[in-house]
Amino acid sequence: MFGKLSWSAIPVSEPIPLITSIVLILVIVGVLGLVTVKGWWPYLWREWITSVDHKRIGIMYCLLGVVMLIRGFADAVMMRTQQAAAIGDAHGYLPPEHYNQIFSAHGTIMIFFAAMPLVIGFMNFVTPLQLGVRDVAFPTLNSVSFWLTASGALLVNISLFIGEFARTGWLPYPPLSQTTYSPGVGVDYYLWAIQISGVGTLMTGINFVTTVLKMRCPGMSYLRMPMFCWTTLAASLLIVAVFPILTATLAMLSLDRYFGWHYFTNTAGGNPMMFMNLIWAWGHPEVYILVLPAFGIFSEVFSTFSGKPLFGYRSMVAATLFICIVAMMTWLHHFFTMGSGPAVNTAFGISTSIIAVGTGVKIYNWIFTMYGGRVRFSVPMLWSLGFIFTFVIGGMTGVLLAVPPADFLVHNSMFLVAHFHNVIIGGVVFGLFAGLDYWFPKAFGFRLHEGWGKAAFWFTFFGFWITFMPLYILGLQGMTRRLQHINIEEWRPMLLLSVLGVAVIAAGVVCQVVMLVVSILKRDQLRDVTGDPWDGRSLEWATPSPAPFFNFAVMPNVEGEEAYWGIKLRAIDTQQLSPEPKYEPIEMPVRSPVGFYTAFFATVTGFALVWHIWWLAGLGLAAAFAGFVVFAWRDVHEYHVPVEEVARVDRARRAAREAVLARLAQQATPS
Amino acid sequence: MMRARAGLSVVSAFGLVACSGGVLDPVGPVGRDTSKILIDALLIMLAIVIPTILLAFWMAWRYRASNTKAEYLPYWSYSGRIEAVVWSIPTLTIMFLGGMIWIGSYKLDPFRPLPSQTPPLEVQVVSLDWKWLFIYPQQGVATVNELVVPAGTPVRFSITSASVFNVFFIPQLGSMIYAMPGMVSQLHLQADHPAQLLGMSAHFSGDGFSDMQFQVKSVPPADFNAWAQGVRAAGPVLDQAAYAGLARQSHAVPAFSYSAVDPTLFHAIATQHLPPGPGPTPPGPAGTGRETTPAGKG
Repeated sequence: MFGKLSWSAIPVSEPIPLITSIVLILVIVGVLGLVTVKGWWPYLWREWITSVDHKRIGIMYCLLGVVMLIRGFADAVMMRTQQAAAIGDAHGYLPPEHYNQIFSAHGTIMIFFAAMPLVIGFMNFVTPLQLGVRDVAFPTLNSVSFWLTASGALLVNISLFIGEFARTGWLPYPPLSQTTYSPGVGVDYYLWAIQISGVGTLMTGINFVTTVLKMRCPGMSYLRMPMFCWTTLAASLLIVAVFPILTATLAMLSLDRYFGWHYFTNTAGGNPMMFMNLIWAWGHPEVYILVLPAFGIFSEVFSTFSGKPLFGYRSMVAATLFICIVAMMTWLHHFFTMGSGPAVNTAFGISTSIIAVGTGVKIYNWIFTMYGGRVRFSVPMLWSLGFIFTFVIGGMTGVLLAVPPADFLVHNSMFLVAHFHNVIIGGVVFGLFAGLDYWFPKAFGFRLHEGWGKAAFWFTFFGFWITFMPLYILGLQGMTRRLQHINIEEWRPMLLLSVLGVAVIAAGVVCQVVMLVVSILKRDQLRDVTGDPWDGRSLEWATPSPAPFFNFAVMPNVEGEEAYWGIKLRAIDTQQLSPEPKYEPIEMPVRSPVGFYTAFFATVTGFALVWHIWWLAGLGLAAAFAGFVVFAWRDVHEYHVPVEEVARVDRARRAAREAVLARLAQQATPS
Repeated sequence: MMRARAGLSVVSAFGLVACSGGVLDPVGPVGRDTSKILIDALLIMLAIVIPTILLAFWMAWRYRASNTKAEYLPYWSYSGRIEAVVWSIPTLTIMFLGGMIWIGSYKLDPFRPLPSQTPPLEVQVVSLDWKWLFIYPQQGVATVNELVVPAGTPVRFSITSASVFNVFFIPQLGSMIYAMPGMVSQLHLQADHPAQLLGMSAHFSGDGFSDMQFQVKSVPPADFNAWAQGVRAAGPVLDQAAYAGLARQSHAVPAFSYSAVDPTLFHAIATQHLPPGPGPTPPGPAGTGRETTPAGKG
């Protein structure tokens, strides 16, 4: 009846997962109870859960990403403290079967359920606004994408309480991940969580390729698009190109595990090396899927906070597309040490270092964007400057790893761990934090507290270096990654120093939380009245903050690069806003529960497959499919926003802008 | 050599203290060459990276909003000359590094025999759950978790795995390479002088991975022969039956040796005529998802 599931799946004898699960369950029950008592369900259901508004979906993606970022950080704290506490004869507090789950969960959660949702969240929130349109190409599909991602994250977290998670690393290399060596449900949780969220990500890719190619506002030609839109396009193209590889590879591993097939098995002609090739053919482009939108965020920040256009815009576009293509030609550098031979290693070593040309150009272009500017050191700019320092060094160690003979010394070592955290934290996470601060007012109508934001930056920046510089040294000392305990006494000082760094990062995390709370409490002082708190240059700043659900009362008409900057210059020039346009009713897509419904049954199906509860898996699949059928038969796709509503929102915005203009004129007169 | 030493001092200035036992403290020709490439590549890139970082900070400071002396060029966003330089710097650096990659990959190919007057010692390496088996076909003996090699003699390792993937790595001797089931990889290493070194698996292989380390003893050639004689004199015999027991999962296995080895054993393991390691035994109780394995105390 319940397949492999029984009461013994609950970790009663293991205090850490048990207590964590109980606390988590209590928190969830508490939140649900609060929502019920306060009667917020109808609002949540109407405005968020069934919303197809790209901004709402973007915010939900970011919320999911932030929550999972904290979960992944908790795993990281356990890993670093375990290694520091298990040197010599000591064995620390995590036995191998638990420690191995933690580093596997850390990698899986950070890449798939923290970084990806945050990056996609920004793509969702920002891209349609910057393109001057009212929504993405397929709004309901977008909602399905989000809820499927959330479903995958849920499955990973269920594994904490029921059963176990994979103990095979964030990429489950066979033969270790085959049933012979991993008979438990951990790898199955991994497989179904990633498969379900992977479908969501693939649909996001399709959605955003279509949005950028087909949905730009009048006058928004390709070479007038803000840089972030270009990076969204490049990342989405990569998603469409490589996520099917991930899905197919994991499907093959599932067939091995569930039906005893022999794609990647040790015996009967299976080829585990093929798994490495396939998974990295997805895995390497994946890091560019993460970092390209972060590059887009930095481009916006450097130009806005320098008060200047981006230097070498066309060059930046070329570098982005160059990275997008070369990213798919480098995967073998993840296993130079497998003995492919010098010719193959040379080819992939060179193709890998060639990517540094594209990123190098970008770095110089950001630096020259500041040239002749008026640089304001607001929080997003601090993250961006911290990024340049950190990412340049991370890129350097990356090229070092791309030199095959050097890689023969530090492959899989703590040096490698330090390198990829150097680029992913320094590149992606710093970018996401810059973006959170930068676009927060557009989402919620008030800015984040600057003092706490700066404190968060400094703690995170120094904490990062105190944590990972020792790991570089440990790697050169010969320490390999994923050790549950350490037999070499000489590695102790650096391991302890690294824990100190984690404590400093934790202070940064606390500052971020305090920043959020303080900003909410002081939201009236931090209110963004004009919709343009940073003196922005692209169209998202042309609407009020928070942006109305229809984004723009009238479709913008773009007449050059940096659309909104042009509009502002004209207004200052003529001392008046453009004449009030003729408002018309707006067509918007109707909300739909299909995303939530499908994801609910996808979760049920995934859980049932993990535990071999076949009837439930069949039922879940059928129900999810039925949801699609019902949705496809719907008669009403859109509704009209009445013209009065449109006019009311836009007139309020125009009044605020006129006040700004008057203030500017007043400042200009005395001089 | 001079360049390598200069490199080391620069590296120490950055806090990467050259340490005993690390990859920057090689005791053989392979380790020397690979660590030299690592340091050379690092120096080449630092020559670009440090000025870039300084330029970034200088630019941000010079053009800070409060500095009214700096010129404001709100429309300046293109310069063909700067663009040309900006594309050239990374391109030239990468072309230079590309040359290093090309030459280095061929010169330091792990499969390539080391030039030496002395004929190489053959060692067959099998990674097991979770220990290393070293078979000496020329001496007819085998050891577990202990590798003894004669100093100054090249060693030709033939490496396979009897279960999951591992990486055979002796940091101070240089290059590492994967141990893979059903495949044999080659690695040529040499220790120049007698030393005690650390060897390890550098690829996660399951619950006993952390103790999958072995002692490497480089001894004078005469001592090596005496050692082999001694091993032959006493100890168990490694035949297919004994191997079946050895292939079972075990943690933190102390070093021991076999006085004699079935000469076809390595071939039988590498071609999987002997079945791969059985994985966790006994398998987790039916009906639970939570595997039970012995705690890794050894």
